[in-house]
Amino acid sequence: MTDDVKSSIAIRAAQELRPGEIVNLGIGIPNLIPGLLGDTAGVFLHTENGLLGVGPRPGEEELDPDLIDAAKRPVTALPGAAYFDSAQSFAMIRGGHVDVAVLGALQVSVAGDIANWAVPGKDVLGVGGAMDLVVGARRVIVTMTATSSSGDPKIVDECTYPLTAHGAADVVVTEHAVFRLRDAALVLTELLGSATLEGVRAETGAPFDVDLEDSRAA
Amino acid sequence: MTATKSTVQPEEAVAVIRSGDTVMVGGFGLVGAPLTLIDALVEHSDADDLTIVSNNIGEPGRGLGKLLRQGRIKRGISSYFTSNPEAVAAVNAGEIEATLVPQGTFAEAIRAAGAGIAGFLTPVGAGTLLAEGKEELVVDGIPHVLERPIHADVALVYAARADELGNLWYRRTARNFNPLMATAARVTIAEVGEIVRTGELDAESVHTPHLYVDELVLSR
Repeated sequence: MTDDVKSSIAIRAAQELRPGEIVNLGIGIPNLIPGLLGDTAGVFLHTENGLLGVGPRPGEEELDPDLIDAAKRPVTALPGAAYFDSAQSFAMIRGGHVDVAVLGALQVSVAGDIANWAVPGKDVLGVGGAMDLVVGARRVIVTMTATSSSGDPKIVDECTYPLTAHGAADVVVTEHAVFRLRDAALVLTELLGSATLEGVRAETGAPFDVDLEDSRAA
Repeated sequence: MTATKSTVQPEEAVAVIRSGDTVMVGGFGLVGAPLTLIDALVEHSDADDLTIVSNNIGEPGRGLGKLLRQGRIKRGISSYFTSNPEAVAAVNAGEIEATLVPQGTFAEAIRAAGAGIAGFLTPVGAGTLLAEGKEELVVDGIPHVLERPIHADVALVYAARADELGNLWYRRTARNFNPLMATAARVTIAEVGEIVRTGELDAESVHTPHLYVDELVLSR
């Protein structure tokens, strides 16, 4: 996956965010979003290790060993930020107080099931906050390439990888398309760039309904 | 009873840990981890067959990663072993048992232990591998997992500042699991960056009231 592909997915996903929303960003593509958000985007970034109001990466002189995000990278805290313990942080998530979780996935089923924490045959020894986030966040936006590095479709009929949660994906953004969960089924709502419906069907591992919004014409 | 909490040397403090004990260790990775106490446990204690409750098992050769290399961990309860590849290797080699718990459930189970709650129902993990062996109940049409509290014999926590009574104040994201773990063990040892006179910590800024804390140790 090239950086251009990753950024294009992140750019489209960022357009789903609305001013004032509380947003938790996963590792990978979602973490490109802060660099794309202008100061006026007005969202509040939540990180599950205990901070609401995550700011940009620190310069050398601002580095603080006590201030990291959930990817364990140094961050800053914006004016108005708040710190809290892990139980409260996950109460925010589980309790539906976090508006949006943007995260990567290995597979998403057409019913919105998400598999994003374990690959069969590999070590299933790290789940972190993935399950809490997909269950608790009010809106879950999955950012991922349409196919895996070996060319397999990542939108599938049924997830074959261990599940993170059933029916949890609300929006799926790939480099070619946007899907939305409607009546417990993913519907293609937007083709991105030069993508065609035929192309998206070919790279998707399951049938899906199409209800294109006229955003391309706009 | 004295009006101040005893401040002890780290090697004295960890002497309370016995073989077979369950030990909670604060920190998200190494941030907020009680590294002086972990070093004392590594260098001045023979306790083994330990069950470690910590979000991560340190990093290779750092923090709890040192204890892992000594082969003194029997079982780890954690949300993310993956941050220490040596812990993953030890699990795969059958050298330690691993209990993987979603991070929010991990935090809440520790909170529940300290709060006298015998169990709670969460939708997180329902229908997944991590609910295997656990009771599932449908509440209001939504599958939930019955989770039990996580208790410990000893909690090792880190706070930036304490007063002489043992009230604790955590700094920034070094707070994480520390205030929860301070409530959930029979004995809580707090490693602190500094100890101020009683009354110098603003009462409204106390994160962990002193009744949870048994001993204070200064960071080295």
